[in-house]
Amino acid sequence: MNPHLEVKNLNFAYDSKPILKDISLSVKKGEFIGLIGPNGSGKSTLLKLMGGVMSLSDDAVRINGQPINAIKKKVLARDITWISQEHPMVFPFTIQEIVLMGRHPYLPPLSFEGEEDYRIARDAMEMTQTSQFSNRYFNEISGGEKQRVMLASAIAQEPEIMLLDEPTSALDLKYQIQILNILKRLNEEQNITLILAMHDLNLASRYCRRLILLDDGAIIRDGAPSEVLKKEVIEKVYGVNVNLHNLDGEILVHPSNSGS
Amino acid sequence: MNMTINMSQLSYKMTIVMFLLLFLVTLCVAPLIGSTQIKLLNAIAGGIHAQNNLDASILFQVRLPRVLLGAVAGAALSVAGAVFQALLRNDLAAPFTLGVSSGAALGAVLAIVLNFNISILGFPLVSLFSFIGALGAIFLVFSLVKTQHGELPTSILLLAGVTANFFFASIVMFLHYVSDFGQSFRIIRWLMGGLDITDYQTVLSITPIILIGIGLLVYVGRDLNLISTGDHPAKSRGVDVSQIQKIGFIAASLITATVVAITGPIGFVGLIVPHIARLFVGSDLRILIPVSMLFGASFLIICDTIARTIIAPTEIPVGIITAMLGGPFFVWLLKRKKWL
Repeated sequence: MNPHLEVKNLNFAYDSKPILKDISLSVKKGEFIGLIGPNGSGKSTLLKLMGGVMSLSDDAVRINGQPINAIKKKVLARDITWISQEHPMVFPFTIQEIVLMGRHPYLPPLSFEGEEDYRIARDAMEMTQTSQFSNRYFNEISGGEKQRVMLASAIAQEPEIMLLDEPTSALDLKYQIQILNILKRLNEEQNITLILAMHDLNLASRYCRRLILLDDGAIIRDGAPSEVLKKEVIEKVYGVNVNLHNLDGEILVHPSNSGS
Repeated sequence: MNMTINMSQLSYKMTIVMFLLLFLVTLCVAPLIGSTQIKLLNAIAGGIHAQNNLDASILFQVRLPRVLLGAVAGAALSVAGAVFQALLRNDLAAPFTLGVSSGAALGAVLAIVLNFNISILGFPLVSLFSFIGALGAIFLVFSLVKTQHGELPTSILLLAGVTANFFFASIVMFLHYVSDFGQSFRIIRWLMGGLDITDYQTVLSITPIILIGIGLLVYVGRDLNLISTGDHPAKSRGVDVSQIQKIGFIAASLITATVVAITGPIGFVGLIVPHIARLFVGSDLRILIPVSMLFGASFLIICDTIARTIIAPTEIPVGIITAMLGGPFFVWLLKRKKWL
């Protein structure tokens, strides 16, 4: 059987500056993966290429055995979605309108959302606790609320795979946990495959069952958090001295005072 | 929730019906208003082809075609404005932002200076030249901007458009300077933008292009909604962004160029109307496009009625009225955004 999502020898360059170097990875249905690595290591670009948000000229990314650049955009969007870190919005759309936009891949041109679409959107808003402001404008709500609304929109899209670019980086601790708990529920209850770019190594090791460590566009480590989060690996990749603590199997990374 | 669906769809329908009524009332009332009082019954008794019936001539030969052209032009410019704003993700964008009007002006002014006074296929050469100029400008702007990894950088597109506007304006100024007095007068009048020189034939020949263009834009309305929230979010919802951008920019530019070729650049309609329409129906282009079309048609007819009567018996070009409204409107817009 074909792997769910497969990346094979992916190379990508911006203006001849290599961003991703020979990336290969294989993802099974229902995995919860954290993509970690320093700023500029290529996490965001890799997510965008896997989600078809940035286009590739070759067949390096496949979903269920099919190269994603050979799949019609609307069909691909029923399988996979991508959520950005920030959500600039020029025009005043309501929360409900934003969430309903998730139904786009299922609707023919010239149509409006039907009862079924409204039901799916309502369920998504309930799951993300955004129903209470469904009639408010997107620009009027807080960053944490925006992130939940975009998550609701992605849930309404009913994808098998969700790619999230630093979904928690701009949020306070409460919102970070809230988002991650919603993602955990999606993963456990609906078997949705999740790949998250993350900066917080402690949260990554707590929620993800598999971590992929990128540095300078290449995969350095790929495995369970306990295999990837090693003192010497972190110190080399991030260039800081750290102490690792094991708290009931959960690994805590703590920068030490000496040296940097 | 069923309630909510029906409520929102009902209110959308109600809003569209409301704007349709406004349009129909404007369309019926505007021809009756003018510097000369006409006897309506006498005019109707005379009919469209009446000879020796002054009331009928004024109503059917002078005012009605002008009102109809106002409707078509207002509708096209407003829809183009709404679409340009969405595609460029900039609510200060307008149909002329990417150089359509200055390209059209260059074409028209060139035809005027070269004394091309003939008509081809019923269109004066000035109109044909301005149409070619408008499309040429758009083509130039798009060929200047390089796509990056298949993506069109909209901020650079805006800059290229502004640059093209300045460049074409400078050539227009040069041509204007070397023209004689008669040409100079025609150039100035063309640049002011007006609906005064028209007939049914002109209105009938541009209407299908406008309707096809607007129809195409309505067809991709939901895709445009997503693009207005960002290229990447749109892609991840399954929108073929580069294809929809092509359709959107071509259709919006084509309807703008068609109108400008006949009327000259009537400014600010394409900026003002989408904003006011958005206050009523929100940002969903599936609703915003038809409402902008109806409201834009009404708006330009009303502006032109003011232009025809404000210092009667002199009729001024409608472009002056819309430009006068445009300035204060911009201030209001910036105040609303708390930028002023």
